[in-house]
Amino acid sequence: MQFFGGSDISPSPPVTTGSGDNGHMMYIFNRNGVCLLYREWNRPLKTLDAQQDHKLMFGLLFSLKSFTAKMDPTSVEKGNLGLPQLPGQGCSFHSFRTNTYKLSFMESPSGIKIILVTSPKTGDLRESLKYIYNLYVEYVVKNPLYTPGTPIR
Amino acid sequence: MDGAAIYSLFIINKSGGLIFYKDYGSAGRMDTNDSLRLASLWHSMHAISQQLSPTVGVQGSSFSKPTPSISIAFSLLQHTKTEGMYAINRRLPSLDLSKSILAGTKFFVVCEPGTQRMEALLKFIYELFADYVLKNPFYEMEMPIRCELFDLNLLQAVQKDRVALLSR
Repeated sequence: MQFFGGSDISPSPPVTTGSGDNGHMMYIFNRNGVCLLYREWNRPLKTLDAQQDHKLMFGLLFSLKSFTAKMDPTSVEKGNLGLPQLPGQGCSFHSFRTNTYKLSFMESPSGIKIILVTSPKTGDLRESLKYIYNLYVEYVVKNPLYTPGTPIR
Repeated sequence: MDGAAIYSLFIINKSGGLIFYKDYGSAGRMDTNDSLRLASLWHSMHAISQQLSPTVGVQGSSFSKPTPSISIAFSLLQHTKTEGMYAINRRLPSLDLSKSILAGTKFFVVCEPGTQRMEALLKFIYELFADYVLKNPFYEMEMPIRCELFDLNLLQAVQKDRVALLSR
C-alpha cells in the first residue's frame, strides 16, 4: 500500500470468480456501528426498513464474532460470551454461507467492517474485501473534506 | 495438527435449547452454561440470517416446514498482535460449522478449516439421530438426548472420520 502521494491502489482488482451479477449488497460500518456506506445491486426481498436492516446486520456480526471467539477450539482462554471485543482480539470469522447467500466479512484494526453479500456460489472474497478497504483508505480516509464517522458521499 | 477431525458437536432443538453436546478435545473446556448460551445464540443468529437474506428461499421457510439443509461454513481468522502491529488474516485451525434444519433441529459441528466431507458427516449424524433417538420409544421430543446406542454409534462415526482424515 502506498501511504504518501499517488493514488496507486496496491493489490490490483481481484479477478472476479464466475460471471458477474452475483453481488447482492455491501455494507461498511465503523467501529461504533454507524453504517458508512450501503449499496445494493440486486435485492428482491426486503423485510425491514434500511435503518433496522443495518442495525440487524451489525448485531449479527457482533454476536457472531463473540460466538466464534467463544467457541474457538484452539485457544484455552476464551473471553466472556457477549462481552465486546476489541478489533484484533480473539478470533473471528471471514465468511458464512446459507442456501440463499454468502456473507463475507472483514474487519480492519481500526474497527472498520466491510461486508459483502453475494450469491452462495461465490468463492473466497477476502482479496476483494482488502481491495475495497484500500479504496476506502485512499479515497475516503485521505479525503480532507471527509469527517470521520459520517456516511461516505 | 493433532488430526482431530472435529472438535465438538452440538444438537439444538427447534426452540433453541441444547439437547446434545459432545466435546472431542478442544483446548479449554467449556462449561455447561456456556454451551447452552452458545446454542441459543446460534439459534437466534440463524433467525437473523434468515431476515437478512437478499432473495427468497430461506425467508418464509419456517422451522416446522422441512427445508433443504442450510450449511454455514466459517473459517476462523485469528488476529494476532505482532511487534505493535496487527497482523490480521492469519488463519488458524478453526471452525467449520454446519447445520441442517429438518423439523427445526440443528446439527452443528466445529472442525478444522478446510475439512472436506463435513456435509456427509452431518448427514450421517442426522441419520444416527433419526435411527437411535427418534425411534427410541423412551425419548421425549425436544428433550436432552440420553440414548446409549446413539452415543455408541456416534463415537464410532467420529472415530472412523478421524481415521479417514489421518490416513490421507
